[in-house]
Amino acid sequence: MAEKILLKNVGIPGSERLETYRSRGGYRALEKALRELKPSEVTDAVKKSGLRGRGGAGFPTGLKWSFVPKDVPGPRYLCCNADEGEPGTFKDRVILENDPHMLLEGIAISCFALSVVEAFIYIRGEFALGAERLERAVAEAEEAGLLGPNVLGSDFGLKVHVHRGAGSYICGEETALLESLEGKRGLPRLKPPFPASVGLYGRPTVINNVETLSCVPSIVQNGPEWFASIGTKGNTGPKLFAVSGHVERPGVYELPLGVTLRELLFEYAGGIRGGRGLKAVMPGGSSTPVITAEQADVKMDFDSLAAVGSALGSGAVIVMDDATCMVEVALGLTKFYRHESCGQCTPCREGLGWMVRLLEGIEFGRGSTADIDLLLEIASGISGKTLCPMGDAAVIPAQSTIARFRDEYESHVRTGGCPFKSAAGKVE
Amino acid sequence: MAQGTQRKFSPEAQKEVDKILFSYGVKESAVLPVLHVAQREFGCLDRAAVELVASTLGLSPTRVAQTASFYTMFSPAPLGKHVIQVCTNVSCSLLGSEGIVRYLEKRLGVERGHTRPDGLVTLSTVECLGSCGTAPVMAVNDRYFENLTTEKVESILRELGL
Ligand SMILES: Cc1cc2nc3c(=O)[nH]c(=O)nc-3n(C[C@H](O)[C@H](O)[C@H](O)COP(=O)(O)O)c2cc1C
Ligand code: FES
Repeated sequence: MAEKILLKNVGIPGSERLETYRSRGGYRALEKALRELKPSEVTDAVKKSGLRGRGGAGFPTGLKWSFVPKDVPGPRYLCCNADEGEPGTFKDRVILENDPHMLLEGIAISCFALSVVEAFIYIRGEFALGAERLERAVAEAEEAGLLGPNVLGSDFGLKVHVHRGAGSYICGEETALLESLEGKRGLPRLKPPFPASVGLYGRPTVINNVETLSCVPSIVQNGPEWFASIGTKGNTGPKLFAVSGHVERPGVYELPLGVTLRELLFEYAGGIRGGRGLKAVMPGGSSTPVITAEQADVKMDFDSLAAVGSALGSGAVIVMDDATCMVEVALGLTKFYRHESCGQCTPCREGLGWMVRLLEGIEFGRGSTADIDLLLEIASGISGKTLCPMGDAAVIPAQSTIARFRDEYESHVRTGGCPFKSAAGKVE
Repeated sequence: MAQGTQRKFSPEAQKEVDKILFSYGVKESAVLPVLHVAQREFGCLDRAAVELVASTLGLSPTRVAQTASFYTMFSPAPLGKHVIQVCTNVSCSLLGSEGIVRYLEKRLGVERGHTRPDGLVTLSTVECLGSCGTAPVMAVNDRYFENLTTEKVESILRELGL
């Protein structure tokens, strides 16, 4: 893509400072929204732009905003999800550390649209630098009258809190995030009611991802038609792809939705490391089903990936070369989900431990063919049977690697161990 | 509670706590922020620290302890002066994080998940640090070290005086 939108300021010295952001046209969209548009017109523009949530589920942002009841008196809230915990994902961090004002401008415009006067940025606890830069950006913006009681001299006021998490993957799930913001354990809530009607402190609340909110200024500035002209039908706008694993040039790439996986990996990320072959990719983070090298021509957008049985998720592209053991990958990730399970739902709490034991058995040469089928059976006993979508996510590594690479599981069973055994790690 | 164990925030920390209390309209929302201050101030959230946070916020110690125990960044027992956390999640493990952990275990003479008896260093493995493009990655206290090799780890350890 010729023109960068989300990463346009990254790499410029002092990009995190207000004066840099303003010198590059920053906060003009906020000014435009406050001076020229009604709140409902901002929501309409976001709807028309086709923007879909970048946090994982791809839900249409304008539609989500329109679920907030208009006639309920009292406060309502916006929460920006900066928990970024999905393994493989490191895109929001680039914005938080390098362009915090773009996010703040997006938050301010969104709050104006939603009649919100208090917003929270829930940032994962480990992002110390990001939190520090965000806090400084908030202070700078308040000082300049871009946040605070009378934004740009208007009667719209906004308080933004930078709220640090404390090490918990599940707090990225929107209702767990709300619990955590209320000072509790991060236990997801049963839905419905949805946060749009009953959210933070029981009040109507919108939760959006960092990248989603960062798209808002350019939509307001350049118009929804412009935004919708980027990407493919139903999958509009720029997207940050966080490419990691066995590629020559891992990193965050901003490209239009709909770029092919092949182009992303071979033209941008430099191809597979050490001249090896591509084996498999998790195209949207560890919660998205693996796809194989044969599927490399898939378009990287919500609908195209769904059509091949996977998902765009957070846009975290985890690349595995032909020397990667898929059982080992599934084992590592299933352990991760077991560790992060909040423990409320029995299938997730107990089932994942069972799956880990079976996967360990297979990886270390004690497994049987029956264990492979049992894994699938347990997975289907977890998926769809928990109160938050983490149960579905947690079984995907095992389920999808068995679906695509069953022969590899079988050869572990047959040969009594891992055929990929390497010096760096295969000891129990 | 025995007299001698009563804790207090230092004046600087108290200032930070006051600022937090002032900024949050709903006091429950100040639980995590104040716990962060206490963790930094006391090095861990033992009973006395939890009780201090609870009384600061006017909440019951049980309520605060329940929350604190859910989050991995809050530690009930003191940690080493240097807390080394190596990511062993998917992207880091694809690029050899296991080798990094083993190197650290051998070099530091402490197993993962433990603090060395001299209290200088705690070594642990952690989940994805959100830095997968520069894997393998570790955090030492608040700071990230990326694109690790054993040579790089060695020079970081030397720099830390370990
Ligand atoms: C287990 C789990 C973890 C999640 N972690 C995150 C996260 O770290 N960041 C994020 O933006 N969304 C995360 N989500 C998705 C959120 O629940 C929510 O859908 C999203 O923040 C909505 O924002 P969007 O509409 O802008 O995408 C997670 C969901 C689940 C089930
Ligand atoms: S997998 Fe190690 S930082 Fe993400």
